[in-house]
Amino acid sequence: MIRSHVLICGGTGCTSSGSMKIYDKLADEIKAKGLEDEIKIVKTGCFGLCALGPIMIIYPEGTFYSKVTIEDVPEIVEEHLLKGRVVDRLVYTDDDQAKSEGEKVTASLSDTMFYKKQNRLALRNCGVINPENIEEYIAMDGYFALQKVLTQMTPDDVIQTILDSGLRGRGGADFPTGMKWKFASGNRGQVKKYVACNADEGDPGAFMDRSILEGDPHALIEAMAIAAYAIGADEGYVYVRAEYPIAVKRLSIAIAQAREAGLLGKDIFGTGFNFDMQVRLGAGAFVCGEETALMTSIEGHRGEPRPRPPFPAVKGLFGKPTVLNNVETYANIPQIILKGADWFSSIGTEKSKGTKVFALGGKVVNTGLVEVPMGTTVREIIFDIGGGIPNGKKFKAAQTGGPSGGCIPASLLDTSVDYDSLIAIGSMMGSGGLIVMDEDNCMVDIAKFFLEFTVDESCGKCAPCREGTKRMLELLTKITDGKGEDGDIEKLEELAETIRTTSLCGLGQTAPNPVLSTLRYFRDEYEAHVYEKRCPAGCCKNLLKVVIDPDKCKGCSLCSRKCPVGAISGEIKKPFVIDQSKCIKCGVCIESCKFGAISKK
Amino acid sequence: MKSLEELMAIKAKMQDKVALRTSSGTTRIVVGMATCGIAAGARPVLNAFVEGISEAGLSDSVMVTQTGCIGICQYEPVVEVYTKDAEKVTYVKMTADRAKEIIEKHIKGGKVVTEYTIGAAKK
Repeated sequence: MIRSHVLICGGTGCTSSGSMKIYDKLADEIKAKGLEDEIKIVKTGCFGLCALGPIMIIYPEGTFYSKVTIEDVPEIVEEHLLKGRVVDRLVYTDDDQAKSEGEKVTASLSDTMFYKKQNRLALRNCGVINPENIEEYIAMDGYFALQKVLTQMTPDDVIQTILDSGLRGRGGADFPTGMKWKFASGNRGQVKKYVACNADEGDPGAFMDRSILEGDPHALIEAMAIAAYAIGADEGYVYVRAEYPIAVKRLSIAIAQAREAGLLGKDIFGTGFNFDMQVRLGAGAFVCGEETALMTSIEGHRGEPRPRPPFPAVKGLFGKPTVLNNVETYANIPQIILKGADWFSSIGTEKSKGTKVFALGGKVVNTGLVEVPMGTTVREIIFDIGGGIPNGKKFKAAQTGGPSGGCIPASLLDTSVDYDSLIAIGSMMGSGGLIVMDEDNCMVDIAKFFLEFTVDESCGKCAPCREGTKRMLELLTKITDGKGEDGDIEKLEELAETIRTTSLCGLGQTAPNPVLSTLRYFRDEYEAHVYEKRCPAGCCKNLLKVVIDPDKCKGCSLCSRKCPVGAISGEIKKPFVIDQSKCIKCGVCIESCKFGAISKK
Repeated sequence: MKSLEELMAIKAKMQDKVALRTSSGTTRIVVGMATCGIAAGARPVLNAFVEGISEAGLSDSVMVTQTGCIGICQYEPVVEVYTKDAEKVTYVKMTADRAKEIIEKHIKGGKVVTEYTIGAAKK
């Protein structure tokens, strides 16, 4: 009889930090102790707190262990599983100070600040069930929504429910999902139609789609079958990038299990409804996240966008009407069907319903995945759930929407996160990447980083995007190199406007956003670079000099011994000096100085 | 998959198995499982509780878990029952049979089995 479940995260983050070795070791130890009939080990999807992986949760107590190493496993088995004593030193806590002082630490996952403010709908099964076992999904009400629509609802009822729920696309374009379905719903049964899923998550830093595929793949299958029923399609495609091997594997297992159970295939639930689906692997081009490029790629052609209209709902995959939604959007569908449109629309704000998953990254304590109701403020996400900025640094800005989005400065931290308020401040929800920057980040450099990405990823089909983004990057490089001239900022703005209005697809139309929004809130930083040849954040290497403060230098010679290029010289017990012609500005001397005498200026 | 019944059957079969992870646990049965407890025979007691609760279909509301040494080693195996709004009950010198009795009378019936409690043992 099983009395305890040990959940080990098998998401990409924890797998790369060695969770599968821990899984094997745990199985060995449990066997050695003769506990295999009492303890069940479950490999799950992502728990969300990736920075602290590998993560292990032990039920029924819900004890949350973080940064587990293979050496910790025998102790966990001996102490916790055999004797029932929680291994305090491995328990995750919000408050490391309390822990070091021996106070009672937070032992249960649901009590931590990281989880308390979250509302996990799209991620509800991630980190709870074994994604490779269809029966565990069914135990969590899986496939009941599909059963409900097939036996109790007409296709139009389904579309009306989704419309009423107010669900909008989670992939970045914010389009009402129900409308999309409605547009594609004409002539059911008379024309061939497709449903497709965009799992080509390309936004640097965002990984919620991967997490859902890895943690709850059946939710996607169920939702796509529901969409197919609603519009009258019988075939589905999931376009997922080949860089997500674990996601591809789990999704493929899930599809095979669903087929075997008769939840995909012919005559599902004896209703005469047929639906099957396949996976298509993408090579990882960012532009293939754009819907027309994605479908062109599924068809076997080079992934390039085409002009819209016609929209996919009219002429999509293989020229047939197609509904294409993002993974996170689909993950909400079964629950909306089961719990009703009113339930869903009661969460969130007036115009943005439900929750949104964010991938928290950058200069924040808890990096990982968080799901919050729409309308939560940026401050709550970064400071309450994310745990704030590490090392006592000051918050400067947060970038949402990745290379298509914009930044949110400190003065707008209390902006609530929903589609419209983010657009109003010049950013966007995007697919949900949220990159936090502190005082050490240079905003010009950040804009340059995103431009480098879009230049790389531009498919080259239209001139504004292909040529324009390259020219913008040249200007930004010039500015960060300290060669900026009067008029460069204005030139950037003009280029940005042209690219935004004349590019063929979303990639080009949004590519200038990082520049436009950093210019809007941090124009002074651009001006400092151009007119004063100075980087206020102390980040742009070419604008900095590493200098030794003669008043603070004790002449210990440590820095000159550490310097990899021999640029520092001096006499012991007298202030040392840096030869600027040799210095490569690597910063090793700054880290080595015990007196804080060296800085970049 | 042909019918709702089939789906319900799988759910019913599995629910017990995942309930461990989702149980709200309004009642907690805590078995002392330190060296002293294990030596005195806590393991069969723990298993009896786990099995009994599952058979009774109470996995949703009752959490069976273990703890370390409570500090009264001469009374091991010790089991403590925490119920909402009621005082904690400490049972001592437990056996698998007593565990079954406690599930019947205390957990299901709401009546503390006084003769197995620490208060009775001390007399």
